[in-house]
Amino acid sequence: MKLYDRILPPRSYTLDNGKVVVEKRSRVPLVIVLLVLATVISGEITGFRLSTLLGRIGYFFVMLFDMFPPDIAYMPQVWTPLWDTIKMSLLGSAIGALLCIPFSVISSENLISNKAVTTFFKFFFSVVRTLPTLVVALIATYIFGLGTLAGTVAIAVFTFAYCGKILYEQIETVDMGSHEALEALGMGKLSSIRYAVWPQVLPSFLSTVLFCFEGNVRYASILGYVGAGGLGLILNEKIGWREYSRVGMILIALFAAVVAIESLSSFLRSKLT
Amino acid sequence: MAEIRLTPAETLSKEPKRWIATLIIVLIAVILLAWSGSALESNSTGGSGLAVAKGIILGILHPTTSILFTLQANGVPYLLLETMCIAFLGTLVGAVISIPFAFLGAGNIVPKPVALVFRVFVMAVRTIPSFVYGLMFIMVTGPGAFAGLLTMSVCSIGMLSKMFIETIEDLDKGILESLSAAGCNTFDKIRYGIIPQLMPSFASTLIYRFDMNLRDATVLGIVGAGGIGAPLIFAMNSYRWNDVGAILLGLVILVLIVEWFSSRLRNALMRG
Repeated sequence: MKLYDRILPPRSYTLDNGKVVVEKRSRVPLVIVLLVLATVISGEITGFRLSTLLGRIGYFFVMLFDMFPPDIAYMPQVWTPLWDTIKMSLLGSAIGALLCIPFSVISSENLISNKAVTTFFKFFFSVVRTLPTLVVALIATYIFGLGTLAGTVAIAVFTFAYCGKILYEQIETVDMGSHEALEALGMGKLSSIRYAVWPQVLPSFLSTVLFCFEGNVRYASILGYVGAGGLGLILNEKIGWREYSRVGMILIALFAAVVAIESLSSFLRSKLT
Repeated sequence: MAEIRLTPAETLSKEPKRWIATLIIVLIAVILLAWSGSALESNSTGGSGLAVAKGIILGILHPTTSILFTLQANGVPYLLLETMCIAFLGTLVGAVISIPFAFLGAGNIVPKPVALVFRVFVMAVRTIPSFVYGLMFIMVTGPGAFAGLLTMSVCSIGMLSKMFIETIEDLDKGILESLSAAGCNTFDKIRYGIIPQLMPSFASTLIYRFDMNLRDATVLGIVGAGGIGAPLIFAMNSYRWNDVGAILLGLVILVLIVEWFSSRLRNALMRG
């Protein structure tokens, strides 16, 4: 940024009282140049052609229109995988959320004074969070076999990393006064965390977990693609067989479930905070 | 006057008794978990799980260095560049599509029923899993990075419009009133009243979404829509765990770097 100021020197104004005020040049041209450059390079590498897109966009809707009208008679066979998906995300979210609590406590700087420990566990959370869920699910199917268990493990790993990061950030911003007061009264480390820090973070932690659960239901539908159980399994199968009216029915069922869970969870979250 | 003792045990005994409510909540949670545990099933291969896990982890921890440092089209650096390009253009195209949806879904700009219709539409768009979109776009463009880019952009619409709608609904109308009182025309009002209010938040949302798209790019690989996902899935399906290790290492490092930059940029934007 210093170099930028040297190339385009700041504009200076002389006020009526003889004072000189300096206004730095706007950064907007630089940002625009960088964005245009990135766009051109990305367009070249990905082979973006507007003419192809406009000319053939009709084919996008071919599959979409084939889904209507959805095959309502297929619905009875959708129920089991749909419930499987919801159960997978419920159990996975619960396991991940419970597991992340001790790890978040030891990655909070205000509870653990050893900087090396907190940095190590924060880095651990970051690395786990970057692992793609689909990859975790695929590895889990090799270890636990095909089925919902693998999907549950993948969801638990994702929830662990996501909720853990948010939890340690919340723990680091709590008011430490009451924690100190309890320690001064002679409470041990663990019980003062239990009675001073935990009540402060519990409502927002529960709301994070609920939010994560919402997202997991939607995400669990992809996991079936790698054989990890749930709705994705039949979705993949029906797409493969080009039975698009059944695909439409599955998607409508998923949409209804997601809407129901989102409204329930946002009601619960509004009660929590 | 009664003597006040402040031992922890005394104070704790004065805590309000809410154990019935707690018990009920815990009971509901336990029942729900037990019920969902009933769905757990796996066609296990019988006790060899641990050995398999050991092989996988050993393989991943010894990444193939030859594909990690080559600059050819099948090397990790080029694939990562391609993934970044897909995520970047995908976010950009997604933003272009979602801005009109956001204005049409904001309750303070259009009538409430219209806004509701657009919100439900956006939610429906968000529900369809990304690989379904991937398959649809492959019919348009053929397999490759172009299909991945379009899939990314459609998948971004849901979150982007939702965040944009929240920003637009927080618009301070007082500024617009004072601008019209000062004699500004509509164009001036948009330029000096609306854009400065929306820009930092929009930019911050876009940077965040770019971050997420980079992470989700592996999903595209499974349907053959370009990026680093396809080689990753192929390597996993053929049990080449050393190659998986190399690709994952590159991906993790790239995501960590981008995340660091994006959180710094977003902090700078928040402070204005």
